[in-house]
Amino acid sequence: MTRTVVEAKKLSLTFQTNDGPVHALSNIDLTINQGDFVSFIGPSGCGKTTLLRVIADLEQPTDGSITVNDVSPHEARLNRSYGYVFQAAALYPWRTIAKNVALPLEIMGLSREEQEARISRNLELVNLGGFEKKYPWQLSGGMQQRASIARALAVEPDLLLMDEPFGALDEIVRDHLNEQLLQLWAKTNKTVVFVTHSIPEAVFLSTKIVVLCPRPGRIYDVIESNLPRDRSLDVRETPEFLKIAHRVREGLKAGHSYED
Amino acid sequence: MTDIALPASRTANPFAGLMAGTTGPVIVVVLAILAIWYIAAVSLNAKFQIEIYERANQVDVPFSQLVTDTLAQERPVLPAPHQVIAEMWDTTVNKKITSKRSLVYHTGITLSSTLLGFLIGTTLGILLAVGIVHSRVLDKSMMPWVISSQTIPILAIAPMIIVVLNAVGISGLLPKAMISTYLSFFPVTVGMVKGLRSPEVIHMDLMHTYSATRWQAFWKLRLPYAVPYLFTSMKIGMAASLVGAIVGELPTGAVAGLGARLLAGSYYGQTVQIWSALLMAALLAGALVALIGVIEKQTLKYMGMDR
Repeated sequence: MTRTVVEAKKLSLTFQTNDGPVHALSNIDLTINQGDFVSFIGPSGCGKTTLLRVIADLEQPTDGSITVNDVSPHEARLNRSYGYVFQAAALYPWRTIAKNVALPLEIMGLSREEQEARISRNLELVNLGGFEKKYPWQLSGGMQQRASIARALAVEPDLLLMDEPFGALDEIVRDHLNEQLLQLWAKTNKTVVFVTHSIPEAVFLSTKIVVLCPRPGRIYDVIESNLPRDRSLDVRETPEFLKIAHRVREGLKAGHSYED
Repeated sequence: MTDIALPASRTANPFAGLMAGTTGPVIVVVLAILAIWYIAAVSLNAKFQIEIYERANQVDVPFSQLVTDTLAQERPVLPAPHQVIAEMWDTTVNKKITSKRSLVYHTGITLSSTLLGFLIGTTLGILLAVGIVHSRVLDKSMMPWVISSQTIPILAIAPMIIVVLNAVGISGLLPKAMISTYLSFFPVTVGMVKGLRSPEVIHMDLMHTYSATRWQAFWKLRLPYAVPYLFTSMKIGMAASLVGAIVGELPTGAVAGLGARLLAGSYYGQTVQIWSALLMAALLAGALVALIGVIEKQTLKYMGMDR
């Protein structure tokens, strides 16, 4: 029996704006199990980032219920049960790479030895060993984002929330990081929730793809991937991959059709 | 074969190297300012000089004589640069530092109240900014006062500060420093409020996901972010502080300080003395602001923010 990490029931979130209410999320029912790699995919404005932020307790739902590790997102945040990776690396420019990874550990009040151990372990994990003393601006965009993943992992959460982490990177770097991310996921057996607007990225990475559509933001389709967990970039040429990608594309199209 | 292909003009113009950097243009600008100053000095002082000639019944004074005389008056309307430099040399190098006639002595007096006022003002400014950023009540209640405090002319409020502080038995350095404080806390407050609020949303969110306390977010995020803002506002604050110290010396009939030199100079029409005090104040301000610049560069380098 696999453990449920995130469970949302009839979850809704409405923003009150000057132009009237905006239904960012409407009636979301979702279950994410331990060890899943779940992607949220959809056009901008479909609420995929908002949903991730609700899980992270960065936004408060207006209706329905949600639990993270069987407690409220607020308690889960206080327990530091997730690591969050933003669209931008958001490294502090005045801190070296090692010091940036140390930031959450300092806030948690860990001992110096424990900090050192976690820094080297997690930088090694994202292949950034030897870059401890560099400042963020001395690293490429892809390396900066890897450092920010190491920072999220250093908290040692079993849940990793990633909000379009590779959106700002070029295709080649993105492919490379996607592969590395899969290896990382296989090594650490964490649960990953991944927001993206790239179909190949979502299909390549995920065990479960959640297709969202906008106005109001809602789940259109949930696709369980039958691709092997241990996969390489070549899998993108297989018929199974193309079949899933096709279903995602159809879902995105259908969710959008009423618009024009 | 290739080295003779260079155009001859490259080596022929001896000023080419000089004008390529910033040194050449700077020299040209300084020379232009000096030239304008000299022309202004001659034309402004000529009227008085001609009156002297008329009284002495001297006629047909050659123009060269007029120029020489206008640049050597004892109390000119506008002293010539070399007169000011000579006065400064005389009152700095040729006088003992402890002497009441030494410009170094007076500069030291003004410098001490400038620095004290700047120190208090910067501390006050930072504390106010921290309060304003963290409390909506303070933001709404303090900010209007902070801004309106700067709309009152300093010349109007300076004598009152001196008189009130004297009445409660505080005299000497502190009242003058208070006026410096009054002028210098403002840019620091405004700059620090801006700086402490400058972290991007993504950085604040990051702190939130770590469940960081406000205190931790302040030390680890807001304060480092505000450092460049702090230095910029400290430069403005330092210049304002010097102005405050000089103004503080004016209404009190102070006997020492650059302000006192200005006042005494204007009582006795000693324009050369006034101008040398003014120039000294300008040099002092320049040096103090440059000093903050050096500390800023070192700090940012230490923090890893200086590329």
